[in-house]
Amino acid sequence: MAGYPIELSHVHKFFGDTQVLRDVTLSIEPGEFVALVGKSGCGKSTLLRLISSLEEKSGGEILIKDSKVEKVDADVRFLFQDPRLLPWKTVLENVVLGSPERSEEKARQALREVGLEGKEENWPADLSGGQRQRVALARALVGTPKVLLLDEPLSALDALTRLNMQRLIECLWQHLGLTVILVTHDVTEAVNLADRVILLEEGRVALDQSIELARPRTRSRDTVYYEHLILSHIMGEEADALTEEYAI
Amino acid sequence: MVKEIALPEDRPLKIVTAWRRHLLDWFLIWSVPALLLALWIYFAATNQLNHLFPKPEELIKTTIRFIKDGTLWDNLQISFLRAAAGLLIGGSIGFLLGIATGLWHRADQVLNTPIQMIKSVPRLAILPLILVWFGIGETAKVVLIALSTFFPIYLNTFHGLRSIDPGLLEMGKVYGLSKWEQFRDIIFPGALSSIMIGFRQSLGGTWLILIVAETVAAKSGIGYMATNAREYMMMDVIVLSMIMYALLGSISDWLVVRLTRHLLRWHPNYRR
Repeated sequence: MAGYPIELSHVHKFFGDTQVLRDVTLSIEPGEFVALVGKSGCGKSTLLRLISSLEEKSGGEILIKDSKVEKVDADVRFLFQDPRLLPWKTVLENVVLGSPERSEEKARQALREVGLEGKEENWPADLSGGQRQRVALARALVGTPKVLLLDEPLSALDALTRLNMQRLIECLWQHLGLTVILVTHDVTEAVNLADRVILLEEGRVALDQSIELARPRTRSRDTVYYEHLILSHIMGEEADALTEEYAI
Repeated sequence: MVKEIALPEDRPLKIVTAWRRHLLDWFLIWSVPALLLALWIYFAATNQLNHLFPKPEELIKTTIRFIKDGTLWDNLQISFLRAAAGLLIGGSIGFLLGIATGLWHRADQVLNTPIQMIKSVPRLAILPLILVWFGIGETAKVVLIALSTFFPIYLNTFHGLRSIDPGLLEMGKVYGLSKWEQFRDIIFPGALSSIMIGFRQSLGGTWLILIVAETVAAKSGIGYMATNAREYMMMDVIVLSMIMYALLGSISDWLVVRLTRHLLRWHPNYRR
């Protein structure tokens, strides 16, 4: 159950007269964990939305497992920044929506995987923010997708819940062998989770950096090295002074 | 609520004070109606009521008589049926048109102007026209009620649909929901709280219009009962009719509140 490869070649995107993506060419391996980082407005979320065909590209080509992305596909799932659960459906009913065959059994299984067994009949309003996002994760995974697209799904969570969710996502990714693209503005998160960090700047790929560190990763000299490397690219000259303090 | 960290021996005392508070609440809530009732009984008992006020025993006797000979039941039934028919017809049309204009911009463009035009005419001002068109039969009353129940449900359905969270619709798209599933699982439940508000408003309007329609032109129903009684100065029957209207109004409103609470039980605001 390996993930699917994703190929982007010369992808462009305009919103009106504004160009948000310029000639993006990327090749993502099956089962790879890629983090997309960059300042806000750099086009990272847009790129993710193009891959999931939530937006239409203005030019170029996107291939997932050698077929063109044209419409929403059950093999490609998307996790939004907010959980977007239906408040009038129970946790279980929400997860069932993610399964193309609407299987309740699979939904229960997915809830077990994210550690929410026993919450099936709760209303989303009765859950904490972290639990809601885990329900959304279960909903994304219930259809056994091959590609998981994460659009800053952890940015609204508190620090501890966030660490837990990072562990969970890493664990599920290793277990399921999906291809994952994570959009984040948190460089530490990117370095902790990804095989490869891609930095977008003004709609262009500015840096494509493999992270070759053993997992699970904890904060160390090595992670700090990568964080420094990426941050200095984002911030330019001024970063050197700023990131001095990161060096242990 | 203050946290109680009472020792076991304090318990009975706490319960007594809680009971007292409960009793006081109850007393305050019902004090004004109880006082008025007491005054009425007192003035009747001391023969200080003139013929403009019915006596309590007259009211009770008439009520029993009307229940026994079926007058009350027959009139209640016909009034209820008129209200239900008008609400059903007006509500359904309002709901369907609200959905059409809420979902499709083109439908909104076409229908908005005529609906706003009709809306700006006060409902009762249309009464003469309706009486001329439909006579004083059942149709006129049902049409009048339908016309007044239409607007609250229509407007609230429309606004409910327009205020759906676009994020949820996008989620539905990503998860491959069909058009029908999007409507059933996202759009309709999302608009439901607004629709129920419209329904409740419509219901309030229904009784109001029913009273007018039955007072102006009817040969049966609670309103007719009251109008007829006025001719003969039967104050007890007039008051009985008023009580019946009040009961119909409050019972139906209570039912809608219960229904709303059940339908929106997922919503923290609608829980007890």
